[in-house]
Amino acid sequence: MTKYIFKRLLQLIPLLIGITVISFFIMHLAPGDPTALYADPNVKPEELARIRANWGLDKPVAVQYFIWLKNAARLDFGTSYISGKPVTQEIFERLPATVLLMSLSFAIILLISIPVGVISAVKKGSLFDNVFTIVSFIFMSIPSFWLALVLMLVFSLRLQWFPPFGNIVLPCATMVITGLAGITRYQRASMLEVLRQEYIKVARAKGLPEWVVIYKHALRNALIPIVTLLGLTLPDLFGGAFIIETIFAWPGMGRLGVSAVFSRNYPVIMGISVFTAVLIVLGNLLADVGYAIVDPRIRYAKKE
Amino acid sequence: MLKKNKLALFGLIILVLFCVLAALAPVIAPYDPGEIMESEIQGPSLKHLFGTDDLGRDVLSRVIYGGRISLSVAAVAVLVALSIGIMIGAISGYYGGLIDEIIMRFTDIMLSFPTIFLILVIQSVLTPNIYNVMIVIGATSWMGIARLVRGEFLTLKEREFVEAARAIGCSNLRIIFRHILPNSMAPIIVAATLGMAGAILTESALSFLGLGVQPPTPSWGNMLMDSQTYLLDAPWMAIIPGLFIVLAVLSLYFVGEALREALNPKEW
Repeated sequence: MTKYIFKRLLQLIPLLIGITVISFFIMHLAPGDPTALYADPNVKPEELARIRANWGLDKPVAVQYFIWLKNAARLDFGTSYISGKPVTQEIFERLPATVLLMSLSFAIILLISIPVGVISAVKKGSLFDNVFTIVSFIFMSIPSFWLALVLMLVFSLRLQWFPPFGNIVLPCATMVITGLAGITRYQRASMLEVLRQEYIKVARAKGLPEWVVIYKHALRNALIPIVTLLGLTLPDLFGGAFIIETIFAWPGMGRLGVSAVFSRNYPVIMGISVFTAVLIVLGNLLADVGYAIVDPRIRYAKKE
Repeated sequence: MLKKNKLALFGLIILVLFCVLAALAPVIAPYDPGEIMESEIQGPSLKHLFGTDDLGRDVLSRVIYGGRISLSVAAVAVLVALSIGIMIGAISGYYGGLIDEIIMRFTDIMLSFPTIFLILVIQSVLTPNIYNVMIVIGATSWMGIARLVRGEFLTLKEREFVEAARAIGCSNLRIIFRHILPNSMAPIIVAATLGMAGAILTESALSFLGLGVQPPTPSWGNMLMDSQTYLLDAPWMAIIPGLFIVLAVLSLYFVGEALREALNPKEW
């Protein structure tokens, strides 16, 4: 197991380097440079050149990349062009808000989607199953930013239950509603899969009551894939956070990322790309390892 | 089963309706989408069924023309994703070995970005216009298709008919495009339908943030751009384009699911 985790961690290094190369070169494809955004027309060209040199923008892109990589290896992602604060510090200041929003949303999603998915599978084809299948599809079809606007209109502006900005309820509700469908359907499929297995037939054949078959034999096995879900949902949650945080002015990493994109704040964009990628990749790793821990079949297959 | 068919039929009807609206927009739309008709925001009335926007333009006409843009952006984006995904997946699955290893690692890298952030970064660098939006959405959403096609190729290349084609001297290109690819079309069609739904959502989010289709050209996404400012006074500005997006995406999901069931890709 340790060897497997170690091997997987080693595999992360080329992956992360690839991610940084792509982000870095995409950003530097842009004509002109960020100094243009900050300088007013009266600034002398010599002054601009000085700023450019200060930010390292006067060197070839490849050289800039290696300088960046060398610093990044020591967790130094440079300083934000706008606030002048170190990028790492800026991200860590914003991180708790994002983690709070994402973990709360994910917890509520699990609380709703596991029972709904299981009941849908057990009562496949029933009214309950049909209604929730259609509801899931509707939820999947709603653009998160539009849902955010509608929730804001109804609950902040009309009913005035929550302030439109800086309150966690509405951004969380948006994330839950848009994220719910995928996991519910995943849980339903996983439960259906388990119910088809031989050992369920055996349990039924030896005369166990149906609820024991379902809740003791089937459910425990159907919950295994949930472990992988965190890994699978993480990119979606992050993706949602960028727009939802921006709309609700939630002071997290997503909002920082969007404003950095609009102001071409290279160091912050790079920092956030790397940071989210690391979290996503670690989430995947955690999911695989967790899967191997809870499911002995996988563990033995890996040993060979 | 009947229920699934009903949903698919509903989806199909909506999709056909939207395509007709898009194709015949100049005939159907009551007004010019760019014409400033009123001096202020007006609520829904007989003259303006869905009201007017902040510039006094007719929302119904704009949503009809917007569908034209949003649907074609999504369709082209899916074509781009299909071309890249099929090419990469086919090469990876057919040749295997080191090429496969390299391509799959690259796919992993692309999958590790939150796609929307990657698109935002790219779009902020390019001049946002309708063609860039198509290409960028396509270029960042091919990974699922590539993996799918690779999987199909991995199994199909071992089958007897491929063996037979090779024995009579078919070139690799011919085997890939004439023998294996047609046999993996079923899951690709399903993926393309669902991908189109995703592309509509991505376009709308991008245009909403101002990095997609640029005004004055209306798209469902950029019509929502200014709606946040007028949310309380003119909620129809936000609600109408959003409903069109939801209906289009939902219909594609219904049709895609029905196709998945009908073609049953799992059997292949």
